[in-house]
Amino acid sequence: MRYLPLTDTDRSAMLDVVGAPSIEALFSDVPESARLPGLIEGLPLHASEMAVERHMQRLSDRNIAAGSAPFFLGAGAYRHHVPSSVDHLIQRGEFLTAYTPYQPEIAQGTLQMLFEFQSQVARLLECEVANASMYDGSTACWEAVVMARRITKRGKSLISAGLHPHYVSTINTMAGFTGDVIDYTAPVLDAAADDEALIASIDDETSCVVVQYPDILGRLPDLAAIAEAAHSKGALLIAVVTEPVALGAIKSPGELGADIVVGEGQSLGVGLQFGGPYLGLFATREKYLRQMPGRLCGQTTDAEGKRGFVLTLSTREQHIRREKATSNICTNSGLCALAFSIHMTLLGEAGLRALAAENHRLACLAADRLGAVPGVELVNTSFFNEFTLKLSGNASAAVKALADRQILAGVSLGRLYPDAPDIGGGLIVAVTETTTLEDIEALAAGLQEVLA
Amino acid sequence: MKVNPTGWNPTMPEEIANDAGAPLTTITGNRGLMLEEALIFEIGTTETTGVDLPAPAAGAPNRLGGLDRAESFGLPGLSEPETVRHYTRLSRQNYAIDCGIFPLGSCTMKHNPRLNEKVARMPGFGDVHPLQPESTVQGALAVIDELAEWLVTLTGMDAVAMSPKAGAHGELCGILCIRAALEARGDPREVVLVPESAHGTNPATAAFAGYRVEGIPATAEGRVDFEALKARLGPDVAAVMITNPNTCGLFERDMKAISDAVHAAGAFVYCDGANFNAIVGRVRPGDLGVDAMHINLHKTFSTPHGGGGPGSGPVVLSAALAPYAPLPFTVKQADGTISLIEEADVADHLPGSFGRMSAFSGQMGMFTRALAYILSHGADGLRQVSGDAVLNANYMLRSLEDLLDAPFGASGPCMHEALFSDASFAKGVSTLDVAKGLIDEGFHPMTMYFPLVVHGAMLIEPTECESKATLDQFIAAFRGIVERANAGDLGLTQAPLLAPRRRMDEATAARKPRLAWSPEAAA
Repeated sequence: MRYLPLTDTDRSAMLDVVGAPSIEALFSDVPESARLPGLIEGLPLHASEMAVERHMQRLSDRNIAAGSAPFFLGAGAYRHHVPSSVDHLIQRGEFLTAYTPYQPEIAQGTLQMLFEFQSQVARLLECEVANASMYDGSTACWEAVVMARRITKRGKSLISAGLHPHYVSTINTMAGFTGDVIDYTAPVLDAAADDEALIASIDDETSCVVVQYPDILGRLPDLAAIAEAAHSKGALLIAVVTEPVALGAIKSPGELGADIVVGEGQSLGVGLQFGGPYLGLFATREKYLRQMPGRLCGQTTDAEGKRGFVLTLSTREQHIRREKATSNICTNSGLCALAFSIHMTLLGEAGLRALAAENHRLACLAADRLGAVPGVELVNTSFFNEFTLKLSGNASAAVKALADRQILAGVSLGRLYPDAPDIGGGLIVAVTETTTLEDIEALAAGLQEVLA
Repeated sequence: MKVNPTGWNPTMPEEIANDAGAPLTTITGNRGLMLEEALIFEIGTTETTGVDLPAPAAGAPNRLGGLDRAESFGLPGLSEPETVRHYTRLSRQNYAIDCGIFPLGSCTMKHNPRLNEKVARMPGFGDVHPLQPESTVQGALAVIDELAEWLVTLTGMDAVAMSPKAGAHGELCGILCIRAALEARGDPREVVLVPESAHGTNPATAAFAGYRVEGIPATAEGRVDFEALKARLGPDVAAVMITNPNTCGLFERDMKAISDAVHAAGAFVYCDGANFNAIVGRVRPGDLGVDAMHINLHKTFSTPHGGGGPGSGPVVLSAALAPYAPLPFTVKQADGTISLIEEADVADHLPGSFGRMSAFSGQMGMFTRALAYILSHGADGLRQVSGDAVLNANYMLRSLEDLLDAPFGASGPCMHEALFSDASFAKGVSTLDVAKGLIDEGFHPMTMYFPLVVHGAMLIEPTECESKATLDQFIAAFRGIVERANAGDLGLTQAPLLAPRRRMDEATAARKPRLAWSPEAAA
């Protein structure tokens, strides 16, 4: 077995030291009835690297990779070009194969990276503090709702219609167990989000208002007005960003008054990976710091006065506080945070702005081209790199038909909102710097064909 | 005062030691190959970029609804060579499993095969969107299905929920299944029992799911006090969370009897599977009456820890809990295709499902790696994994127990980790000092001060991936340090002396948190 260094000679020498006749004898505390005498039946035996690679390659080949077809899916996961150096650097063994930095003297690489990550995220979102990551955007979003409840001591959350329905499902699942009250209705295909209706629903029992920006349909809600209304009722605004590249073009949620900002960091550095692992972003105001979930990395000095970094404020966390912790989270998304951070460093502000501008330029082109296809109507008045089309037919059927033509057309609202057939004509289309004019033409031609 | 150009050591004295031999201080703060590195905020600028993109065109269409971000937000950039150098230099300040043994108890730091990295990056896995039509992701769904089959078979359970994102998320999944099952039978209960030796995530998870947590004591030999547990069981107890093998490194001999008693009281057994590496291929938790157990793919099945994640925590379930499993999940159809069951179809397949725990379908990038690991080992290799892991831990235990107090050394063989206390150390020397002494010897220390039931605990988990030669080196170094600790050598309280950093001022870090860079803070 290529991953096991002990030889039989080693094993027998070690058993002598241990004073056991065999490895099996070391399992004597396991009741005999629960001990398997031999190999588990029906499972294959070990395989060579070549054989395993071949098997996995065959499985991989049964998927259509996003890069091999005109590709327009978004809705919470985005395909961007990741510079080669990002993946090279995260595969350095000292990053890849390190543990959580519990011994800071020999983990400054991870710790400094996390400090830089927190600093980058705080600046991108314009919040005072960011943590060292959560599992993903959806779980970060629920943690934000719980945190708002702790701060406001209120149990009602108002969820905007534009929040990603998987995030809504996650919140509803958890609230079903915790007793939090969730106020949510699915979106309608209007050109702009109904911010006024949302604002009218905020009352004195509202703990938080959760608003995605840009929203699931690609629209840009008026966060500033919602923040003001929430604050006037003593509620917090939780802003949710599923496409951080947008913040190279549009005002940050922090600037617009959000109290907690959570996000999905996948689109920078991480890659699609069929949904995970992704990267939860979590940032807030300094005054709420001790209510935050997740790990935090802080700057300090060592015994010689040299600057260094440590995990800190762990009295909020499960390994110290146990049942009184702010969250049960332990392992988070360290390596994805590294990928995000490296990609952000390569971009810098100038690069992020250029990337966002290129996304918006291509999205505008695509919106106009696709909106001109017979039977297709552009829903949004404003958007960043993602918008919604209203098709004359059922969008789920169109997506299937286009997939048969090797075009990955977007995300149908029928897939996301199976209980809302009235918006079944909706198709969410994302356009990034990886989208070519030929791709847009292919989708336009394909849509025309399947809708005819 | 000289200013250190790297930004690392601004208070460095002007006089550089220049005695014969190696200088203690240098102009740069570097010491040979031990390289200091400034923050990106100190070396980058907002104009610099390492990515070539078209310059934004003036007068381009703008549909941003008047929300243009006008102000600079101060995000520094670096060119590609500077970026590669920055992160390479940072990486060299880390210890990692690639550098040497990483014997953190309960963490299972084993080798991360590079084949798995290659496989995870195959375009059909790395570059597919989670919402692509099913017909375009059959291979990805097959990976989930195939891995699920392995996990169910290896654990002897009925079903597995694949979507949880890490161990603690898996614990939450298991506890929510239990809650859903109890609510379905109209018997909501309030209390979850957790042994004192449990990981902190166990009580935190139970509380997060809305339960009150009560402790269960341990016996003098380091196992759950079965009599105390039995006495506490009653109609208010929803579940018992047990780690097996436990965090003292021992197998819970009474596990089956515990499960039977818990079931008789109408409650469920949650098993923390963090230590599954000790028994994989040899013992099936399903045979012990377990109802739910998470499996840390980043422990037993070797997906890289990455400096703190990502993890992946599939949860195997008994027949009693399987009907309540979360969304989404895969179903193999009669024609061999695999469907992903989401909200739209759940009523037809699993009406009792408690719902969705996160967006999309779980940690695909971890599934591919774990499956490659499992296929590489096969049934025979996995059995050898647990055997060698347990042998290595017992070798460690018996090679150190003459010098160090092993509180449960007489309780029989340990499983995959060996536990020691600080009882033999002279006054003034602590477990922390011994750990820091190991750093100077070039080793990552063991887990310190956990489990809480042992004073000054040192929990050593070598894993099956260490050769006898490596273990012997580690043992020799550890023995040397323990001899110093036992003799009261207070020099250890200054360790580490040779690492990139000396001991860190953690108290100030917590009292005056500096969690993001700012020009003022750097001054």
